[in-house]
Amino acid sequence: MTDPARRSTRTRVWLAVAGFGAVATLTCVLAPLVGTTSISFTRAFDRSIPFADNVDAQIFFVARLPRVVAGALVGAALAAAGVVFQALLRNPLATPFTLGVSAGASLGAMLVLILGGGAVVFGAWSPVPLASLLGAGAASTVVYVLANSPGRAMSTTVLLLAGVTLNAFLSALILFVQFLADFADVYRAVRWLMGDLDVGSFDPILAALPLLLLAGAGFATLPSSLNLLSVGADLAAHRGVNVARTQKWAFASASLATSAAVAVGGPIGFIGIIVPHLVRLLVGADHRVLLPASALFGAAFLVACDLLARTVMAPVEIPVGVVTALLGGPFFLWLLVRHA
Amino acid sequence: MTKSTIAFLLVVALNVAFLQGRPFGHAGGDAGQAAASQPSPAAPMRIVSLVPAVTESLFAIGAGPQVVAVSSFDHFPAAVEALPRVGALLDPDTERILSLRPDLVVVYGSQTDLQAQFARAGIRTYVYRHGGLADTLDTISGLGQVTGQPAGAARVVTALRASLATIRRRVAGRARPRTLLVFSRQPGSLRGVYASGSVGFLHDLLEVAGATNVFPEFRQESVQPSQETLLARRPDVVVELQPGAAVADTNEARRVWATLASIPAVRANRIHVLTGAHLVTAGPRLGDAAEAIARAVHPGAF
Repeated sequence: MTDPARRSTRTRVWLAVAGFGAVATLTCVLAPLVGTTSISFTRAFDRSIPFADNVDAQIFFVARLPRVVAGALVGAALAAAGVVFQALLRNPLATPFTLGVSAGASLGAMLVLILGGGAVVFGAWSPVPLASLLGAGAASTVVYVLANSPGRAMSTTVLLLAGVTLNAFLSALILFVQFLADFADVYRAVRWLMGDLDVGSFDPILAALPLLLLAGAGFATLPSSLNLLSVGADLAAHRGVNVARTQKWAFASASLATSAAVAVGGPIGFIGIIVPHLVRLLVGADHRVLLPASALFGAAFLVACDLLARTVMAPVEIPVGVVTALLGGPFFLWLLVRHA
Repeated sequence: MTKSTIAFLLVVALNVAFLQGRPFGHAGGDAGQAAASQPSPAAPMRIVSLVPAVTESLFAIGAGPQVVAVSSFDHFPAAVEALPRVGALLDPDTERILSLRPDLVVVYGSQTDLQAQFARAGIRTYVYRHGGLADTLDTISGLGQVTGQPAGAARVVTALRASLATIRRRVAGRARPRTLLVFSRQPGSLRGVYASGSVGFLHDLLEVAGATNVFPEFRQESVQPSQETLLARRPDVVVELQPGAAVADTNEARRVWATLASIPAVRANRIHVLTGAHLVTAGPRLGDAAEAIARAVHPGAF
């Protein structure tokens, strides 16, 4: 406690959490107040009107609030998973989707959207999210089994190559399924790939929440080890890090976070690569600061992007994945050039 | 009644049917296939159709025997099941089509490469363009000219016009409920809803069926409303088309829509699920489609 370096890290963590937390909170509070429809908030919060009669309340509590919460959770999960994968793979180009998790999820969703199976419901999970979760889980398991040799550290190269190959293989399967499908189904499936946070109730969020919390708990154990691991496995082992265990936890929690996020919002791109780099430019590479700050900024960023997606061209909506890419890409390039 | 009288009446009846250019017993709901009549000598005799709506029209106007192959998605009338399949919009099997030595190939407007290929091979193409109800009627008339079956086409056009007019008459004078026509959504949720905008034959069917489209200002065939938009639009009636479904799962639809309880259609329990490929095939059965929608929108009129 008396070590000044340690105290300064702790201070930096709290400062980052407070700062990015304030941004995230502000975004989440403001976002549901804005929408394509103008609603009366006095009416929305008027408990004397029965909920079923209260259009303003329904728009606020059914259409907007779950959407903002979903955006925050998905954004945080994808950004944090991006940080962890970049450290685990020691590759700045890694994203939550690099190892085939999203391709597995997409194949699952595609199969339900194209072949049907609409009657399968599991608790609060409706068929498409459920199928995408199962697909993501299957893909992660395959990559893990391929790259893992018992008792030894994973080979980052094998992990990366196995993941990238599986990603390509699953993408080919997706194309094949789409090729065989009816025109209208293909269109619907392609729309799913662009991402969508219009969840319409808290059920899909509550269904995914246990998985996201589990992933969050996994993330919480990682930062110090990731700092050493991102330099090199040998150095980390030398400094007393249990490399194999850290890699397992990192892979499992990041895959879980990605799977749950994609099940809720579809494979929304760019968050998982842009946000970690952006936050790294602002707070530095220390994962104890970077990981929580990225999660909070990811939440704020995706909520803001979704706000734009649903209002800019109102009453038509732009797919949120398109907004994250259009907005995130140039902004990141600007930041990159300015810091270089 | 003597035997000769019966025979006489039969001959008269047959003749009347013949003079009207109508196969005997057509009113009894013959499944979309008109009796063959001889096309003019220059007419194509080996037609390949890549467009299900056109295939249906060809059989209805009496050009069925001139069709030698159809698309992978053709299932109506039943006679097409016996014909070879040669791909569809995205995967036309050019080699197979050429090997069938067609003298007319029906293609989509967007298949420009394919059109060029057939032009080089000296094979005529009929380019199908998607549009509203009026376009469907024009297409049927046009097919009559191209295939040498103008009388058959005129008969189908007249019949379709008549059935649409009957439906219009039935719903005339009734209040036109604001109706949301959904043609796609994710199973088990209200995500990914695709609804009819104010252009195209689905919108025209709504209009014939005595409904007001809830998205009048969207000058496009499809709209993707968010749940906020659905709540704000407050449709009186929701009609869901599930062309591929074997049975109408109205319970699933009602359960899914129940989350948006303030929508008048939900509160009045006016969520209707219609099934059948004819609902989304811009061909001679659009009269049936219009009637199905009209029965959902105006149950009191039937």
